[in-house]
This record gives sequence, structure tokens and C-alpha cells, in this order.
Amino acid sequence: MGNLLESNQNGLYCSAGDFYIDPWNPVNRAFITHAHSDHLCPGSAAYLSSRAGEELLRARLGPDATVESLDYGKTVEMNGVHVSFHPAGHILGSAQVRIEQQGQIWVVSGDYKLASDPTCAPFEPIHCHTFITESTFGLPIFRWANQNETLDEINAWWRANQQAGKASVLFAYPLGKAQRVLAGIDSSIGPVFTHGSVEQFNGIYRGSGIPLAPTEYVRSAPAKTDWSRVLILAPPMGKTSPWLRRFGDFSTGSASGWMRIRGTRRRQSIDRGFVLSDHADWPALLSAIRDSGAERVWVTHGYRAAMAQWLGENGFHAEAIETRFEGERDEPAETAAAETEP
Amino acid sequence: MRAFADLYTALDETTKTNEKIAAMSRYFGSAPLEDVAWAVHFLVGRRPKRLIPSRDLVEWAIAEAEIPDWLFGECYHAVGDLAETIALLLPPAQTISELPLHYWVEERLLPMREWDDGTRRKSLVDAWRAMSDRQRFVWNKLITGEFRVGVSQNLVVRALAEASGVDANVLAHRLMGDWQPTAEFATRILARETADADVSRPYPFCLAYPLEGGGIEALGGVHNWQIEWKWDGIRSQLIRRQWRTFLWSRGEELITDRFPELASAGALLPDGTVLDGEVLPWKDGAPLRFAQMQRRIGRKVLGAKILAEVPVVLLAFDLLELGGEDVRERPLDWRRAELERLVAAAGPESHLVASPLVEGASWAELQQIREQARSRGVEGFMLKRRGSAYRVGRRRGDWWKWKINPYSIDAVLIYAQPGNGRRASLFTDYTFGVWDQGELVPFAKAYSGLTDEEIRQVDAFVRNNTIEKFGPVRRVKPELVFELAFEAIQHSSRHRSGIAVRFPRMARWRTDKKAEDADTIETIRALLPPE
Repeated sequence: MGNLLESNQNGLYCSAGDFYIDPWNPVNRAFITHAHSDHLCPGSAAYLSSRAGEELLRARLGPDATVESLDYGKTVEMNGVHVSFHPAGHILGSAQVRIEQQGQIWVVSGDYKLASDPTCAPFEPIHCHTFITESTFGLPIFRWANQNETLDEINAWWRANQQAGKASVLFAYPLGKAQRVLAGIDSSIGPVFTHGSVEQFNGIYRGSGIPLAPTEYVRSAPAKTDWSRVLILAPPMGKTSPWLRRFGDFSTGSASGWMRIRGTRRRQSIDRGFVLSDHADWPALLSAIRDSGAERVWVTHGYRAAMAQWLGENGFHAEAIETRFEGERDEPAETAAAETEP
Repeated sequence: MRAFADLYTALDETTKTNEKIAAMSRYFGSAPLEDVAWAVHFLVGRRPKRLIPSRDLVEWAIAEAEIPDWLFGECYHAVGDLAETIALLLPPAQTISELPLHYWVEERLLPMREWDDGTRRKSLVDAWRAMSDRQRFVWNKLITGEFRVGVSQNLVVRALAEASGVDANVLAHRLMGDWQPTAEFATRILARETADADVSRPYPFCLAYPLEGGGIEALGGVHNWQIEWKWDGIRSQLIRRQWRTFLWSRGEELITDRFPELASAGALLPDGTVLDGEVLPWKDGAPLRFAQMQRRIGRKVLGAKILAEVPVVLLAFDLLELGGEDVRERPLDWRRAELERLVAAAGPESHLVASPLVEGASWAELQQIREQARSRGVEGFMLKRRGSAYRVGRRRGDWWKWKINPYSIDAVLIYAQPGNGRRASLFTDYTFGVWDQGELVPFAKAYSGLTDEEIRQVDAFVRNNTIEKFGPVRRVKPELVFELAFEAIQHSSRHRSGIAVRFPRMARWRTDKKAEDADTIETIRALLPPE
């Protein structure tokens, strides 16, 4: 039995069904796991995503793109290949893509997490022969605390800043992470404002029936706003960014899995790091891989080589495969690493 | 341990002085006295020496985390810090201990020295199992002797003052000298009564700020300033109290035994005297090269030969105590006059020399005289305001160092390697070469002087222009030129270029220059002092 998927110059390709999954160049038919920019390249002729993720795809691709969607668990047939989307627990609408042909089952995880997140459907374990896993945090140093503990830390930091008369600027990836924070923080502490890049996705989340803390757009704030009581959600930016000047005295925080490493926070000159990730940590990666029942594992995105080697030493047929972002893990600007987390 | 780890985190998370002081003050005000003593001990940088070799620590952590060796290596590479890697890797603790800092230090850390490997291992693994990630990190730093935190002694003093209500100058003095981190010490430190008595205790040193190039005019008239040469020795206080002599270095080391000449010199001073000055190798009325001093410092036993070849003096420039009375508040001129009187009374064979004063009618004239600095083996001038008191720590205003401009040359970046800790995933440690008959020979290493933005650019250059890798070291295309500044230059048989320089750093990135424009070894040799 040949491979159902291959990795070519455009990404993961299924030749039997003639479609790509998360291609990084424009193609005829692109099946998309989720709307983060490293998984969604514009310009393809037709896109298919989960129903829950459709609006986000449209927002990212513009009104002219051909986007179709499928409910989680529903199957389409592409030339004898059965394809279905299943929740991946990463962000709203994120999906694992299950592909089946003549009893052979492959699952492309996309990005995923097992931890609880009120803004998206929980990860669904799927039995398969070959599992294609991400490995963004595929080292045993990455282990997340319960999200409520982290949210409590954010609340406490916000309160302490209020007492010290400082605005609280929290850097979070604008799609997914920001909304997860908004769904989890204690909005009775004070008003929440957002950067435009965050605000554009809040509407889609709310439209999908996900309750978020009330937010206001920073640009529309009255001239004499007292920022010292406010939590501001913004995309990652430098502490000296002119956009931040309006807030006067402020403390910066970052919500990201990379904050697990002290040096990352210090290099970015961020006051507080909150370890909150939408990716699986090391124990979760291992448990998802085991639960898939797969004998063969392909590893993408992240610490691919280390993860593949560990799996190989522990009874799996594992291989590291190409991803769009090639190169060393410690690529030049640290911010690049933080931003590829989406 | 929890409170101390939280304190560490709070200090780590802010660059603001006031927030650091507030965090320490809260800790000093709430922790048990035994813990306060240890915390002060660690915060001022008196860390224990490495107690366990890294390789044992790594081996035990790997076993505890149940991972293969190579995976530890991958993790270390991602984190860039051994103590932190281990803290993050270990399985989470089931229950977290509430035992205080002094328990961990006195019962679990210090005794390690006496234990065999089995006991050490068991104790350490048990400790890890009872700590949060944050505590483990601090604990591992203490065990590896690498505990560092971004506070100066001065900040610790200010926090203690805030917590206790005792005057900061009194506290600074109490922290000097030889003390043991015990509850008694903490009680004594925080005590409100100030009749302190410790026969050996030195005063906090008054330190000078460097005067930048054009600043000289802002100092006003020359006649307001006492001017001395800036000697390059070991800054020390010579203390004579209760018929005993103590010599303290600025690094707060008691170094009396290493300078028997000065131990005897103390006996020539009246009881209750403290002099401030520089210990210098000195012969025939002039300093020897500091390299000579290094020959002496390294030795455990000082034979008659080395004492004859490299004799030292205390080049005294201030008087802090006279007749058992603290005279730091008296005007400089008064202290200077008394100092000269004491040195004269001790006699010419005393190994005590009053730092000579330099006279000049104008700044311009002094600038000319300053040109003699290199040939005199000094670093420039010290300027001290007449009438000023002797102050605590580094303050602007009364004392300035007016150094001669450093040497500078242009060199080419040829090797790079990643830094440590905060700079672990960036190439920040560079080796520079200069031309020698058409080839670039390694000349100096430098780590400092670039902005974060420049470091990022150089880092990107290194990644894209690597020619060869030797472990962590990259040989790069010789393209980038930097102006290197350094303080002193001398012959060296240990360096391939035959030259060693002191305090090399990057003064400027010469984006306007090409590799072939860099200096040659001949130009640099011309800077060498005659042999």
C-alpha cells in the first residue's frame, strides 16, 4: 500500500484525491486545518474547511475566495478518498483532517491541544494508521499548568497594575489566543480594550456564540480615557512601539507557550510571561500520538527532529517532514519564534 | 524557599529600581531573621562555590526525568541555561515544601560538601521532588554556584533601610567586612541602635564616575578640584584598630596575609586609623607593570625572592578614621592634610606613600599633563572636589575619573559563538582578526558594546555567512569591521598574535569600512610599550 499523502514543493498532497492540506503555495484544491497564516496561503482556486472555521477563513482570504465548509464528522468523497474534519482544539474551527482510502486511515492533526478551551470544540482522538503531528513544543521542557492557574495569574497582574496606577498591556496572538484570554479573564476587574487586529476576530467569535469579555477598540477610546485600570490586548510588539505611548505608564505581559523559557521573556523585554499555549505540550503530544493508535508518525512544525527521534526510540515509525518554515530553531529574531506559535 | 523564589522572580521581572527595592523590603520585613540573613548574603553576591559538578547534576536530572541523554542536550540547547533546563524538565512536584530558606541552605545545601555521592544524590532528588519549577530554578542556581540577580549592594542596603528604618549609610557599613549569615547577624543589621563595634570592619568605598569627553568645563574652576593620578592597583583600605592591622580589598576580601609589607606598615599608624588607597607594585618611586603584581597574587606562599622583586606600597589617598573617630564627613582638604602627616610620621621605609597631587593652572594645561599618563603607567586623573565629604558608593558630583582615551583599532569579525543565559540563542561572543601578511590572525575577543538591534543584525549575518562550524563556534566570511577599544596592551606568548589587550570591547560597527581596510598587526605592535 502506497502513501496516501506525500510532501511536495507545495505541501502535503493526496494524489489519489487530488487535493492539498494546508498548502503553502496556491493550488487547485486546498483543505485547511485552521485559519492561522502559516496554514492558510491565499490564492488557491478552492478551499474547504470545517463549518466552524469558515468565517475565519473568509475574513482572512477576502470576499472573492471560494470557500466551502463541512460539519465536523461529515465525510466528502474525492475520487474514492473519504475526507472528514474533526475538532483539533487549537482555535475556533481548527480541525484534524481524516483521510481514508480502502481501509487505510491517515490523520493530519494541524495544530492541536488537549487542554480545555472554552472558545473551541475539544480535540477528538481518532484512530488511524498514520498520524501527522505538529511538534511546536515537542521537547519535555514544555509542560503547561492548568489554564485556570494561568488566567488567575493574569487577573492578579492586572489588579496589581491597577493599584500601581499602570495600564496592563497583554501581548497575545490576535486570532485564538486573544479570544481565549477574553473568554477566561475576570472582566469585573476593569474595562478591556483591544488592538484592531484582535478586534476583527472578536466579532466572528461572538457571532459563533462564544461569550467573550466586553471589549472596546483602542482607536475609538475617548481622549481622556484613564488607562491605568484597563487591560489592553495587543499583538506581540516591541515595548517601545509608538502605538503603546498613549497608555502612559504600563506593564507588559505576554501570553505564550514560549514564556516557559526565561530567556525568551527577557530578550523581548517583557515584564511578565504567562505560559498559555494553544499547542499541545510534551505530555499531551505523546498522549495524542499514543491514543491515535498509529504505527507511523510524521512530525512537522517545530522540534521535528527531536520528536521523531524520540518516537523512533519508543516503538514508532517516525519521520520528520518538511514544513514551510525551514531552518534552525534558533533563527535570528526571537520574535519570529514567538510569532510562529499562532 | 517559596518566598525567596518569589522574591527572585519579582526581581527578575522588573528593571525598575523602586520596584526592586519594594520587593526586597517586603521580603526583609516578613521573612524569618535566619532567612533574611541568607537572602542578604546571596543578594549581595556572596554565593557558595559550586557544590556538585554539572555532569552529576545532569546525570541525576536525566534519570529523574526518564529521558535519554541526547534529549537533554536538545532541551539544553533550547533553553541555554543548565539550572533552568533541569528545573523545567523534571516531573512536577506532588507536594510543595513550605520549609524556609535557611533550612534548605543550612541542612541541604552546605552539608553537600561533606556527603558522599549517594547521599548527595538522594538529598538533591528529594529536594527537586518538593519544589515548584520556580524554586528548583533558584535552588539549582545556588547549587551550581551561579546564583545571580540584578541588584547591587546599594539596592539591598536601600531595601534594608526601608524595611528597618535604619539609616542607609549605617546599613552599608554594617554589611562591610567579615560576617556570617546568621539570625544574630540579621538582628544586628536591622538593629536601630548604632553603636557598632567590629574591629576589622572597613567603610563602604567611595567610587567615582567616569567623566565623558567634553564634561571637563562643566566642573568649573580648576582651583576647586584636587587632582591625582588614577593608579591601576588593588583598591584597598588599611585598618589599624586595637593594635591589629587589616587590609580589605574593594571586593571585600581580607587580603592582609598577601601583603606582609602592609601588615607591618599598619603598625606604624596610630591606633584607630583607616586609610583608603591603591595597593601597587612599586619600585624606585614608580609603579611596576600590573602583570608583575599578578605574579604575586597567584602565589600561596610568598618567598623572599618575589617579595624583593615585586614589593608593594599602599598609595594612600584618603583618611576615613583618625583616633578611632569616623572622619568621612570632614572636608577633603582636612583629611588630606592629616593623611600627609600620618604618612610622613610613618617614615620613608613604611611602604606607605601619599598619592602625589598634580598641579595645573587650567584644564587645558592638565589635559597636556594627562598625556603623560601612559608613560607613567596610570589610567588618567582622579578629580576630587575640595571641601567634599567621603561618600558611600558611586555618586555623581564629587569624585570623577578622567581617563585617557582608550586605544582603538579596526578589526574584522572572524569567529562567533552563542552567549550564555539571556543571550544563549544569539551569536554574541565574537573573535576579531587583524591583517598579518595578507592573513587575518585572531587578535581579541569581545562581547560588549553593541545594541540589541546590532546584535540581532550581526547574529543574522553569522547565520547566513558561516563558512565552517567547530562545535558551537562558527567561522564566518570576513566581512564585518568593528572598531575595538581597549585599555592596555602588552606582549603575550599565549596569544597567536603575540599581543594581549585589556578590556577589549566594540566601540562602533564600522559599516563604512571593508575587511581590507582593517588594521594590520604592525600598526598594533607600534602601540606596544618598549620591552
